Amino acid sequence: MVPTNYYIILSAILFGIGVFAFVFKRNIITIFMSIELMLNAVNLAFVAFSQAWGKLDGQVFVLFVIVVAAAEAAVGLGIIILIARNRQTLNVERVDLMKL
Amino acid sequence: MPTRPMLEYLWIVQLLPLLGSAINGLFGAKWANKTVNWVALGSTGLSFACALEAVREFFESGQVLFRKEFFTWITAGNFRAGFDLQMDQLTVVMVLVVTGVGWLIHIYATGYMAHEGGYYRFFSYLNLFMFFMLILVLAANYLLLFVGWEGVGLCSYLLIGFYFLRKSASDAGKKAFIVNRIGDFGFMLGMFLLFRTFRTLDFTALFQAASNPSWGPEGWGQFGTFTVACLLLFMGACGKSAQLPLYVWLPDAMEGPTPVSALIHAATMVTAGVYVVARSHVLFTHSETALVVVAIVGCATAFFAATIGLVQTDIKKVLAYSTVSQLGYMFLACGVGAFSAGIFHLLTHAFFKALLFLAAGSVIHAMGGEQDMRHMGGLSKKIKYTYVTMLIATLAIAGIPPLAGFFSKDAILLSAFQIPGGHPLYALGLLTALLTSFYMFRLIFLTFHGKPRYDEHKVHVHESPWSMLGPLVALAVLSVIGGWVAAPALWGGPDYFANFLTPVFGSHEGAEVLSEAAAHSFELTLAVVAVVSALLGLANAYWLYLKRPEKAEGLAKSMKGVYTTLLNKYYVDELYVATIVKPLLWISTNVLWKTADVAAIDGAVNGLADGITAVGDRTRHTQSGNTRSYAVWVVIGALVLIAVIFLWPGAGKPVLGWVR
Repeated sequence: MVPTNYYIILSAILFGIGVFAFVFKRNIITIFMSIELMLNAVNLAFVAFSQAWGKLDGQVFVLFVIVVAAAEAAVGLGIIILIARNRQTLNVERVDLMKL
Repeated sequence: MPTRPMLEYLWIVQLLPLLGSAINGLFGAKWANKTVNWVALGSTGLSFACALEAVREFFESGQVLFRKEFFTWITAGNFRAGFDLQMDQLTVVMVLVVTGVGWLIHIYATGYMAHEGGYYRFFSYLNLFMFFMLILVLAANYLLLFVGWEGVGLCSYLLIGFYFLRKSASDAGKKAFIVNRIGDFGFMLGMFLLFRTFRTLDFTALFQAASNPSWGPEGWGQFGTFTVACLLLFMGACGKSAQLPLYVWLPDAMEGPTPVSALIHAATMVTAGVYVVARSHVLFTHSETALVVVAIVGCATAFFAATIGLVQTDIKKVLAYSTVSQLGYMFLACGVGAFSAGIFHLLTHAFFKALLFLAAGSVIHAMGGEQDMRHMGGLSKKIKYTYVTMLIATLAIAGIPPLAGFFSKDAILLSAFQIPGGHPLYALGLLTALLTSFYMFRLIFLTFHGKPRYDEHKVHVHESPWSMLGPLVALAVLSVIGGWVAAPALWGGPDYFANFLTPVFGSHEGAEVLSEAAAHSFELTLAVVAVVSALLGLANAYWLYLKRPEKAEGLAKSMKGVYTTLLNKYYVDELYVATIVKPLLWISTNVLWKTADVAAIDGAVNGLADGITAVGDRTRHTQSGNTRSYAVWVVIGALVLIAVIFLWPGAGKPVLGWVR
């Protein structure tokens, strides 16, 4: 039986990587992937707690998160394709029409 | 088919002028004058015919009060104000004056205004005035009366300012409107008080309730409901009928075209105040104080305006002050309880004063726009018809028998003499009669007699067209015979006019204190005294302005103080400017405008807007448009949230409680 702490630590590490990539990466696809990484880090924590406390709530939440992530992926990828077509780039720094 | 079709559809009398006004106002701009004439004269003429028919039916059905509710206007709780019209003896007099004299003046105006711009506009306003005036006199409750009351005020404003490009005309219009507002303020308060006391504004119901014996009479100095309500109503009447201290607008109103002065500011609208007081006679007779105030204000105004009229040089200004003075006579009559005498004078005054104004308009027309009597003179040979008709009107207003003014003025002076303590009123009234005769003959002599004082090469004096002379002749005939209904009273017979109005005013007035024979010889004596005083005025005017014109100037010089005071109308306008207009302007400018509006309200609103702009200016830099900076903000937000949850004791408990 792996201690719950291990799962939590792994989850925190994954989330931290996600945040880091979210803030510092320039490629939209990478940013998008880092968001997915953060979501899945949270999923891992949910499942770990669910097992630790012997309750199913966490697992139910995981299913919700997966559904939302799927919807987000669909919309997000659509937006990314449009940006790529219109601006011929995937660099977020170049997506700056609203810049002052 | 109803048996009394015109009475059953009484609103047609009012609707016709409204239709005429609407048609001319909406479509008349591109029409020829002739078409406008057809609409304006047709609608008012038909209205006059309908009024005649309604009056005929009223007589046929035995002269009982006719009252009909056409539709409900306002209901609130158990208060109801409707479009209710009524016809009684008093209304008969008023309706015939308004439609009859109104129609004659319309005919005259087609000649007088023929070469003026805005022809259709003039007739549209004039018809609209007829509409509102008919609402006023036919209304069966105070609220509907007030609609007409305000409506005629509006038309008066529009017509005084008819030549609105002239600053003095538009100023005079505004002055009339604003001064009338002061009176209307009192009128409305009076209505509120009546409503609060009697829970109704219907004439019939209200007067019935007021006649209840439980309402005792209110003596001198007692300020009960009746006294206060009557004084407030009288305040409105003072504004509309140009009495002290609100008379100042009427002389200025002469800026309007002359037919307007004749119709609105002499014959009809300005008598509305007298009508209201007479209509409310049930209330007024309850309060001694109110009656005394009415009598004193009326008598004082009559004398005051007559003295100003003595020295005016503008032909229309003389007539304006004369109108104020004659209106004072009517109020004097009402104040001494002789309401029918007041209405009688209203009727005869409508004839001869309308005639005077129209004749003056004919003179102005003949002189090519000149209004100053100092630049006239010797016109009698050149404009004969105008001269003769104006002379008739002057004889009538001066009270020379057997013309109309003699009978009505005599009736008023007699009633003033008869009430206890009325002798000072009588004396002042008699003196005013003398002054009236003097300034009216002064007008005649200066205008029509003596040597011409105008440039005969420049001014081509010409008689007016028959469209103008016709109404003059008709009104001259009425000015002669208009008083004869009351004539038999002079030799002991019945006063048909007073008898006719008895169902309205009751028989409480003119209480006969003397025996029949004594009363009769007494009346004759007073009549002779009145005629003598009128002749005295005439003789004085003749001597001063025809025989010895240099004496008039000498007199003016020797009494310079009095003369300049009169010429400047007792400085009342200046007094009002100094005591009311200036302080009001100062408060409006410095307190309301610069402090309250600019500093407080604008300051608060602008300050708030400036503050928000400044905050926005600072914070908009966070919206850099850089996607990654937004990402950083999201992370910072999340970190702050986590920090709060963990560091603030208890902050996250409700959410995370079950985890721990």
